[in-house]
Amino acid sequence: MALTGLDIFKQLPKKNCKECGAPTCLAFAMSIAAGKAALEQCPYVSEEAKEALGSAAAPPIRLITVGAGAKALAFGDETVIFRHDKTFCHPTGLAITVEDTLTADALAAKVAKVNDLKVERVGQQLAVDLIAVVNASGSPAVFKDAVAKVGSLTELPLVLVSENPEAIAAALPPVAAKKPLVYAATADNYEKMTELAKANACPLAVKGKNLADTADLVEKIAPLYKELVIDTGSREIAQVLADQTQIRRLAIKKKFRPFGYPTITFTSAADPREEVIQASVYVAKFAGIIVLKADEKSQILPLLAWRQNVYTDPQKPIAVEAKIYEIGAVTPQSPVYICTNFALTYFAVEGEVAASKIPAYILPVDTDGTSVLTSWASGKFSADSITAFLESSGIKGKVSHSTCVIPGYTAVLSGKLKEKSSWNVLVGPQEAAGIQAFAKANFA
Amino acid sequence: MAVQIIKERNTGKINTVAIGATKEQGGTRTSIVTVGGDAALPFLHFEGEMPHKPVIAMEVQSRVPAQWNDVLKQPFADVLGDPAAWAKKCVDMYGAELIYLKLSGADPDLENQSPEECVSIVKNVLAAVGVPLIVVGCGNEDKDNVVLPAVAEAAAGENLLIGVAEQENYKSVVAAAMVHKHNVIALTPCDINICKQLNILITEMGLGLDRVVVDPGAGGLGYGIEYTYSILERGRLGALQGDKMLSTPVIATVGYEAWRAKEANAPASDFPAWGEQSERGVLWEAMTATALLQGGVHILVMRHPEAVSLVRKNIGALMVPQAV
Ligand code: SF4
Repeated sequence: MALTGLDIFKQLPKKNCKECGAPTCLAFAMSIAAGKAALEQCPYVSEEAKEALGSAAAPPIRLITVGAGAKALAFGDETVIFRHDKTFCHPTGLAITVEDTLTADALAAKVAKVNDLKVERVGQQLAVDLIAVVNASGSPAVFKDAVAKVGSLTELPLVLVSENPEAIAAALPPVAAKKPLVYAATADNYEKMTELAKANACPLAVKGKNLADTADLVEKIAPLYKELVIDTGSREIAQVLADQTQIRRLAIKKKFRPFGYPTITFTSAADPREEVIQASVYVAKFAGIIVLKADEKSQILPLLAWRQNVYTDPQKPIAVEAKIYEIGAVTPQSPVYICTNFALTYFAVEGEVAASKIPAYILPVDTDGTSVLTSWASGKFSADSITAFLESSGIKGKVSHSTCVIPGYTAVLSGKLKEKSSWNVLVGPQEAAGIQAFAKANFA
Repeated sequence: MAVQIIKERNTGKINTVAIGATKEQGGTRTSIVTVGGDAALPFLHFEGEMPHKPVIAMEVQSRVPAQWNDVLKQPFADVLGDPAAWAKKCVDMYGAELIYLKLSGADPDLENQSPEECVSIVKNVLAAVGVPLIVVGCGNEDKDNVVLPAVAEAAAGENLLIGVAEQENYKSVVAAAMVHKHNVIALTPCDINICKQLNILITEMGLGLDRVVVDPGAGGLGYGIEYTYSILERGRLGALQGDKMLSTPVIATVGYEAWRAKEANAPASDFPAWGEQSERGVLWEAMTATALLQGGVHILVMRHPEAVSLVRKNIGALMVPQAV
């Protein structure tokens, strides 16, 4: 049951030393009760207090880590149902399956292909996160070999997919240091699986048959081991959506402990394009990990972009620093493009300017990371703010001309900007995509 | 501990809007499309009814869309110059439930088609297909204010969905819809307050809210779609809590948003890490649609037939009853 702030306060050291980040012990207790802080942030809390507060002080959804080292995936620890309430924190992990029935060469080729599913977008590195090795052969020995081989060929964390404790017992110990996720404990095998996961200190997925059955199974396992990930066993989109929604609501609103863990889901479609579409639903609706077979760049890129979008902090749009950016071998004659410092705007402009092969300066005005139209509407992108930036950025010292290009959507600013800044103003295209043609027509 | 399922008790729901009119209703359509009526968050059937599934309107333009890339033009290569044949292909071959006709050729900077030419294009499309029609202007306010009333008059009785009405320019299209009994698209880019405000202005003119569909000005996948997604979620929550001015069904121009992304257009030779272009483009459009569906969209305006078929399948799978 959820404890009140006062219940928690009674257990704190009452030093009011602020080391937890809260102004007082009481304020800290209140944030814990609201799920916004974790007891561990107080360095002075006693063991007895930790025991007494136990699960009530834990975050509503446990943070679980799969893998070790730089590529380890931490997921869970979400605190809201809607991203606009605060933000979603730990992006859904994408796992690509590799079956242990592949020949050695095919397996190596497949792993290399998955390792290469990565791309840079808007200044961030995006990639798939895990490889799920599936015991399709049914043989513990074959599984053990395949897992070892995959482990040696990738830095990505692994998911070991087998409900056969013998297969896990064979494959897990040699790769235990890589902290793979064991998938899965079921009603039939959970005692052995829990023992194996615990002995090797690896996270364990718990697979039930539906919501209620999964909760029952978690309640049996949790007293023994708490590094858990849950799967309700559903595979049809509508049912997965319902299950994921209930799990997230019960964890956040009721602190229902059996659902206080991140989830794992599997796509069911045979066609890879249908799989990624199915996965797009689970990215939006709370999945911790999605396991899929699709492995083409063209299929994974849209999913990576959607995940990046969903997990962007709504209060902090991705922004770039407002300064002079030099694209290519600029000279004092190079053109000057003005845009906003919203990362999507800036990178779209940068990509097109680079592609035009005409070196140029880009000046992203600080609009608190908002887009051209939004910042123009709010007045952050105005003749005044652009004029101020033309002065403060130091661009005048770099170019021998005084002509700047503004985005086509803000053509109405050009007259006033000319007047205020006494720069010559060219109205550029509305979309970044038009920059190449524009540059060739005006600056070639 | 038994699982105590959480079902929110919603007091409000989304309006229903019917588009198209059959012969008995004074039009010439062979089918009508009804959207809205949702009494829960998208596809949470266990919580409230969702009497009408989201629909796909396929986009047809009144001029050859020269700027579209080849992947997108290829399925329509034989009909791009003939809006009526294009519309017919969308319905007969690709199962479009509605046709979204953009009168792009009316643009004074392009073909500058006259109101009479626009009317005849609309009539040809109406004659070629039996599904309901959505007709939008070219985006030049002055021209649209002449073209749309002419179209509304010529198609009186067909119960079109016409647009767009915007905060700075809504009167002529709303008046035309009222006089000739059509429905209106209210466009409010990414702003929930302006959305409410515009709905208020439109109803103050006398058009019923059951004749309004809103377009939140979708951001495309990878390019701000999350703003739209969150606005859709907030709008739906507001509607479910009983805010009438947020209860209008939603239309999203998915194809337009998706196909202007670089990811949908750049060849793999320019970006090896992006993979094969045509599949990428199709999935970019399909995922723009399925992402927005999770926020709560009722009419998806789409372009590529393969994206349409992926999204139709996704909608079908999401309309299945749930056991909780
Ligand atoms: S760190 Fe602990 S003792 Fe210090 S103010 Fe915070 S809760 Fe109190």
